[in-house]
Formats: sequence, structure tokens, C-alpha cells
Amino acid sequence: MTNETIQPRDGFGHALLRLGALNKDVVVLSGDLKESTRCLAFAEAYPERFIEVGVAEQNMMGIASGLADEGFIPFVTSFAVFSPGRNWDQLRVSVCYGNTNVKIIGSHAGLSAGPDGATHQALEDIAITRVLPNLTVLAPADANEVHQATLAAAKITGPVYIRFNRSEELVVTKPTEKFTIGKAKEIQDGRDVAVLTTGSMLGLAKKAVEKMSKKASIALIHHPSIKPIDTKSIIEAARKTKSLVTVEEAQLNGGFGSAVLEVISDKSMARVQRVGVKDSFGQSGKPDELREKYHIAQKDIEAAILQALIKK
Amino acid sequence: MTVYAIQRKAQNIRESIIKMLLEAKSGHPAGSLGMADIFATLYFRILKHKPKDPDWEKRDRLILSCGHIVPVWYATLAEAGYFPKTRLSKLRSLDSGLEGHCLKNSVPGIENTAGPLGQGLSQAVGRGLAAKMKKEDQQIYCITSDGEQQEGQTWEAYMFAAKNQLANITFILDRNNIQIDGLTEEVMPLEPLRAKYEAFGLHVLETDGHNIKGIIDACEEARAIYEKPVMIIAHTIPGKGVDFMEFEPEWHGKSPNAEEAKRALKQLRDLEGRIQND
Repeated sequence: MTNETIQPRDGFGHALLRLGALNKDVVVLSGDLKESTRCLAFAEAYPERFIEVGVAEQNMMGIASGLADEGFIPFVTSFAVFSPGRNWDQLRVSVCYGNTNVKIIGSHAGLSAGPDGATHQALEDIAITRVLPNLTVLAPADANEVHQATLAAAKITGPVYIRFNRSEELVVTKPTEKFTIGKAKEIQDGRDVAVLTTGSMLGLAKKAVEKMSKKASIALIHHPSIKPIDTKSIIEAARKTKSLVTVEEAQLNGGFGSAVLEVISDKSMARVQRVGVKDSFGQSGKPDELREKYHIAQKDIEAAILQALIKK
Repeated sequence: MTVYAIQRKAQNIRESIIKMLLEAKSGHPAGSLGMADIFATLYFRILKHKPKDPDWEKRDRLILSCGHIVPVWYATLAEAGYFPKTRLSKLRSLDSGLEGHCLKNSVPGIENTAGPLGQGLSQAVGRGLAAKMKKEDQQIYCITSDGEQQEGQTWEAYMFAAKNQLANITFILDRNNIQIDGLTEEVMPLEPLRAKYEAFGLHVLETDGHNIKGIIDACEEARAIYEKPVMIIAHTIPGKGVDFMEFEPEWHGKSPNAEEAKRALKQLRDLEGRIQND
């Protein structure tokens, strides 16, 4: 792994531009945030397929539903706190209930809105989206994987939510890597503990695992697909190691770690340490400082791995 | 279809609504009865549609934003031949497809999903935008209730429709002045509605929502307007046709019992006699 960092949202911008060329049915809706969400290049290249909705996320979701019913593939783009935060009911009724082919893009996920403070930090989006029937929920790690996830979302029929960060994140995956909705990626094999990550925490988790691998044999498995979740991979990891660590940049309540617990709940096959935000709002600060403050930094992942080894 | 024949259709639709709600033991009679004349006029005179080919691409679209009056939509679709009228007795029952609030494609002819208020307006705007982008000339009719205007999303939808000059959309407001908790002007005043719509960039027409000729004229005038989306304020009587339901907010969301249904059906049939005598 090099120490190259890119903002994951840039991967989305590039993918959107490519989709614009690949598929004439792809249209993009923005709620007054086209630069921040990296839709600007698409808007300039395909102005006739770019729809400025203004600061009206509820309307944006409904319009996308109507466009999809007429055969378009709409991408609803905003910050994750606004969409699906502000328009969850429209996502539920106008999109998911009718299994409508709308793609929802939540940028600035987790603590990555940093200095903007708690109002703009999306820590609850995983919990509120993964409960919705028909909806696919993706949390790709880095710019390359966001690119792949965006292309994959456009290929399937049905609603998809993709969350990604604005912060500089380590590039862990390769641009050519295969992305399959519903599949986890084994980054490293191991038999003592399995670290399961989602979203942009993969970079820090990889560093933590590399460090802790001097002490024990540690697996690292990345889950960019939160729903459907790779049940088979989780059960295999649980059976093999009997000790899991989950890592996410989101509320622990209802988040990715909870989804993992649901998978193994009736099998009581492993202990689970969960790294995430513990029932708290964030505050203003740099993303790295916030990860330290809310105990989802590299050292917190290392501590969780240590606990997982001790408690085995 | 003639005005008289449309009136007859509206009466059949009202009878179906009463029977459906009696069977279901729940549902929303007031708004459903109040919109029977408008639904009959749309499906038997205004809309370009093919009941045996509900997905016909060139059809006009009807989007129901106030999903709770879906019984009038089911009754009208059955009356128009989209599915057998015998199916109506299954309103709100398991696996019937006749959901309590509309679900897209759950039965033939149901175009959209709605329930929580405000959402259908945005969906209609998306449909109108899609038609404009594809350079297709179908008209989109969006039925919205007056209580629904209290939702902020409705105004977001109007702003967008006006900005994009979506003249292919005709909104029809069911202005019946009631909502669950009472009169709209007491719960949360809406007036002056006409001035509000005009300020939001809509072309506004008004009609008596029970005057078939008036409804036809308004819809035809709306089609002839090319610069702006149109709002037809249709003044209606909630519970129209059944005297003990008319203007009574308590009938917003309560179904009739057997005795009340009998009285209602008798009145509706008497009313049919009155239409014939007219």
C-alpha cells in the first residue's frame, strides 16, 4: 500500500462522467451542491441531463422517482445528512416502496464534513437506509472503489444508496478491481481475529492490521456492500477466527457492526468488538482529529484487535 | 362521452365507493365521493388512455398525490374496464392489490405510489420533466388535496414546475375545505390560495368540481396553455351525494356501517333519478 490519498468523492465525479457517455438514460439531480458532490463535470458535459433542483431534497427525491418511472436512471446527489437524511420519507415511499430505479448519492459521509460540525456529519445514514426494503446500501472505501460502486449501481435495476467521504483517504483498492454488489473482499487472510470494515475506514484498518499482525494472525475483510451483506463471508470469518472486529465511521446503533451481529446472532459463533461512534453527535474539527476524539482512529482499531485477542 | 353519460358514470363510481368502504370497514369516503365527478370526467372524456393497455406509452398520466382517496381511483378504473368491478369488494384486504393508499402497478392503471402527503406532486413534476426531455406530448394530471397544501414539499414542486415551464402538467386541487381535524381554515389557513399559486408561477383556473361541463372546459383550457403549469382549483363538496356525509370532517376517514351504507346507496340512486329528470 502506498500512502497516496484521494478524496473518495472524486471517484464518484469520474464515474458519473463515464456513465454520461455510456448511458443516455443517466440523469443527475443536484440540490445546490454540484461542485461539492463532484457533479460539476457531468453538468458541464451533459447540461441537458443535469437537473438543478435548488435546496429542496424532498422534491428532488420525488422528481427522481417520476423520472425513473419514465425510463431514466436518476442520480440524486447531495450530502448524506440531507439525502437520505432530510428526505427519508420520500426515499421510503416514492422510491423504495415502488422499487423505483433511483440512485441516491450521500457525499460527506461519516465525520468527513469535519469543520462544518455535527449538523453536517452523517453518522446515522447506514442505520436509516439499511432498514428499507428493496434498497441496496453501499459504502465503498476509496476513490477507486467509489468509481466501481457507482458503475455497478447504474447496472442494476432498483434503488441504490451509496455513501462516501469528502476527506482525503488512503487508496487501498485498485482501479481495475472487480466490484460485486453483495460481496465482501478479503484483503488479508488470518486465523486469530477477523477485522471487518466498511466505507473509508478500510485505510486505517489496514494500517492497524499491518501493525498488529506482528502479534497474531489477523484477517482483514472489507464489506463495501452493507445491504445485501455478504452473509457467507461473515459466517466463514466467524467460524474460522471466533473473534471479529467491525470498523465503521457511523453510529454503532443500527450500523454496519449491528448488521454483522444480526448475521451471527443465532449462531453464537464469535465474539464481536465494534469500532464506531458511540451514541454521540460530532462537533467541528478536522476529520483526523474527530476520528481520534470519537474513538475510531487507528489506535482505537488496534485496541479493539487487542481486546479481541485477549477475550478469545 | 356526453355530460349526462359522465354523470351516470360518476354515480356508479359513488355507489362502488360506498360498497367498497362498507366491505373494507375502513377508508376515506368524503374525499373519494367528492372527487367522483372529476375522476369520471377525466377517464371518460379528458385522458388519452387504453384500459386494456395500461402501459401504453403515449397515454396521459394521472398521478394521485393525496393517496388516501384511492377508492375513487379504483372505482373509476374498474368502471373504465381496467379490471373487473367484482374485484372492488376486496379493498384493503390481504393480497388484493387494492392497498389502502395507492401503490404503483398494484392493480392495472395505478400509476404512482402515495400516502404521506406532498409526494405525488414531486413525482408528477418528474413525469412532466421526463416528457419534456423526451419531447413527448402526453399530459400529466396530478390530483392534490387542500390539506396537502400544508406540506412544504408541495410548494417545492410548484417552484420547480414553474421554473422549468412544465406546461404539460395540470394540477387539480380538491378544494373541499376539510381535513382530519376539521376545517382547513381553522387547522392551518390556506387562503388566499389563488394568489399563492399565481405568485409561485402557476396559471390558475377555477371550477365547480361537480359541474361536468365546467371540469371539461377547465381541462381543455389547461391543455391550451403553453407557458406555465396549470392549477385548476376545483371547489368540491366532501361526501358529495350523501347528505349526512357532506361537509362533515368526521367522514374524512370513517367507513359507513351497514345501515349508513344502505341510506347512502338509496340517496345516490335517488340522485340518479334526479339527474335523469334534469
